[in-house]
Amino acid sequence: MDAIPSLARWFHFMAGIMWVGLLYYFNFVQMAALKSAAADGSAAAINRHIAPRALAWFRWAAVATWITGAALLGSNFTSAFALQSGHLAIGIGAWLGTVMLVNVWVLLWPAQKVALGLVEATEAQRNAAKRRAFLVSRLNLVLSFPLLFFMGAAGHAAVYF
Amino acid sequence: MKNPLDSLALTLACGFALTLALYLVARYALGI
Repeated sequence: MDAIPSLARWFHFMAGIMWVGLLYYFNFVQMAALKSAAADGSAAAINRHIAPRALAWFRWAAVATWITGAALLGSNFTSAFALQSGHLAIGIGAWLGTVMLVNVWVLLWPAQKVALGLVEATEAQRNAAKRRAFLVSRLNLVLSFPLLFFMGAAGHAAVYF
Repeated sequence: MKNPLDSLALTLACGFALTLALYLVARYALGI
């Protein structure tokens, strides 16, 4: 057993499950829960106690997933991102994961900080940030479908192609 | 026009459609 690739793959799976799992939690559970919670005035508890913790694990799991994925690619890193023959499936997966990571840190997290009231903002800015965070989260949900498909395809090319 | 991302069902449909599109592009690129 080659220790580095084996450990990288193991941690990549765990971090990836946490990242995409929390993405699915936000999209399938929390967004709908916040709507009904807003109706009975209990949304503040979710926004204050659950969302910040979930977001912290979410964005750092994204980083851990990318780093362990890069370690796993090793000497194939450039070939994968260049979408070279023999590395096409993992390359598409790697590009999708990279775009999702950038979305998390460059678009989603700054918007969430405003939306959750962690930084000073007007009501209009807060509403715009909520909308932006919602759309970026939904976009990453869309991207997660091909991401998982191509990550799976990369290790099982005979089944998929 | 309504944004499809506002609907969870349409978002899922977009995810499946994008996956299929990329799969077909990959097959074409591989010459299959």
